[in-house]
Amino acid sequence: MTKLAIDNVSRTFPGTHGGQPVKALQPTNLAVNANDFITILGPSGCGKSTLLRIVAGLDTPSTGRVLLDGREVTRPGPDRGMVFQSYTLFPWLTVADNIAFGLREKGTPEKERRDIVASYVDLVGLKGFENHWPKQLSGGMQQRTAIARALANDPEILLLDEPFGALDNQTRGLMQELLLGIWEKRKKTVLFVTHDIEEAIFMASRVIVMSARPGRIKSNVVVDLPHPRLYTIKTSAEFSALKARLTEEIRVEAMRTAEAH
Amino acid sequence: MRPLEPVSPALRAVLGIGFFVIFVAFWAWMTLGGYVNRVFLADPFSMLRDGWRLLVEDNFALDILITVWRVVGGFVLASVVAVPLGILMGAWKPFEALLEPFVSFARYLPASAFIPLLILWAGVGEIEKLLVIFVGSVFQLILIIAVSVGNTRRDLVEAAYTLGSSNRGIVRRVIVPANAPAIAETLRLVLGWAWTYVIVAELIGASSGIGYMIINSQSRLATGQIIFGIIIIGLIGLISDTAFKALNRWLFPWSLA
Ligand SMILES: Nc1ncnc2c1ncn2[C@@H]1O[C@H](COP(=O)(O)OP(=O)(O)OP(=O)(O)O)[C@@H](O)[C@H]1O
Ligand SMILES: [Mg+2]
Repeated sequence: MTKLAIDNVSRTFPGTHGGQPVKALQPTNLAVNANDFITILGPSGCGKSTLLRIVAGLDTPSTGRVLLDGREVTRPGPDRGMVFQSYTLFPWLTVADNIAFGLREKGTPEKERRDIVASYVDLVGLKGFENHWPKQLSGGMQQRTAIARALANDPEILLLDEPFGALDNQTRGLMQELLLGIWEKRKKTVLFVTHDIEEAIFMASRVIVMSARPGRIKSNVVVDLPHPRLYTIKTSAEFSALKARLTEEIRVEAMRTAEAH
Repeated sequence: MRPLEPVSPALRAVLGIGFFVIFVAFWAWMTLGGYVNRVFLADPFSMLRDGWRLLVEDNFALDILITVWRVVGGFVLASVVAVPLGILMGAWKPFEALLEPFVSFARYLPASAFIPLLILWAGVGEIEKLLVIFVGSVFQLILIIAVSVGNTRRDLVEAAYTLGSSNRGIVRRVIVPANAPAIAETLRLVLGWAWTYVIVAELIGASSGIGYMIINSQSRLATGQIIFGIIIIGLIGLISDTAFKALNRWLFPWSLA
């Protein structure tokens, strides 16, 4: 059942200009089951992006390895879809062509490609914007396109690095529901990085809390809220209890980060 | 007036043309008013008269055509070499390490200083003219294109890798399209420089072209003709630049702010 195994993965960046090496991530172990929605919660600079990039194959761990379906990850590939913290749509491609990018690389026939793109345009609610350039889209629409682009490739696992970090609260809430709805429908394995506690709980089947830098997994909280989840769940008693607990854990880490500086 | 605030297209046109009018008026006032010697600077009207005579009697249109052909020929030659090489150097660092020092060195060699050498090698024919422009533009083009390709947004490259691109796919589907507008803009810029090289090439050992006419007119003190030639160069430059800009806008609508 283990989809993704993070096995003793650590990362130390060599010091630049003769400086001290930066220890970004302490040896970390994590097993992700198929169809899990894992959110990774931690203070800024604790190595969340680093961990995700290692899983994506965009960075190599200093120790340890990452296994996807038992095979070791050595380089980036279409089996691990990624949505980045910054906007990374290809500005020269329209929304539809951005979503079709991976399919074209794979050599999916034109007709099939068009159908898949249309279904994902629909799924993320971008009907009517297929032929827009990225620069003509709002931040929320760009991230929706980025999610569709990653999903259209039908990856084994979806990696999201604070995808809604730059959005306002209302848009962020809508995007959370959208993504969760997609996950409930299509049952994907998801690794979702955030520093927003509510977001972490709302989306997750399991919340991983990371300690301050150098990061390591501090606790592992199962979220047993029922599905389908609506935004109203954020005011429920269970939700509040989880939130209080995680707030306390994160607070300790944030304070340790503050003290270190 | 607020900084960076755009002006309306109508006002832009009026202001742009207005300055030409002021410029010509000042020139007319200086020459017709007798403030400068006619021998050294012709007035606008005799310039036009001389120009007209050049066109109808001396077949100057042919010279213009020849010069345009040389610029375009030399420039296309340089682009055909520079664009692939620049992309190669920008994308693959070993090629950059191999070629960048040499190209940086070669870029400082003045094209005009090569003319005597090129005449020795290639004679005073068309090949020599094309080579002057080629030498003048190719190294600049390579370097600017390589730098722009080297600065390709890494996050876009990474995104493409996570979508399944191969190394070749990255070049073909990310690096080339991402840099196409910058490359086109570089070509537009360097085309302007090619115009200065062609005139220099035509001042030495040529028997046709705008530059040849200009150097010929100097010995006859025909300043009207010289100025007419210069203005023709400016006009062609303005037209080709505007056309190039329009082409870029049409080709790369996504890159405009
Ligand atoms: N390429 C790199 N070279 C050197 N140090 C790096 C590099 N990338 C990250 N780091 C360092 O590693 C640490 C963890 O960075 P990372 O980006 O993973 O943090 P994060 O948890 O994603 O933070 P945020 O929430 O602010 O995005 C930071 O201290 C950062 O300075
Ligand atoms: Mg980050």
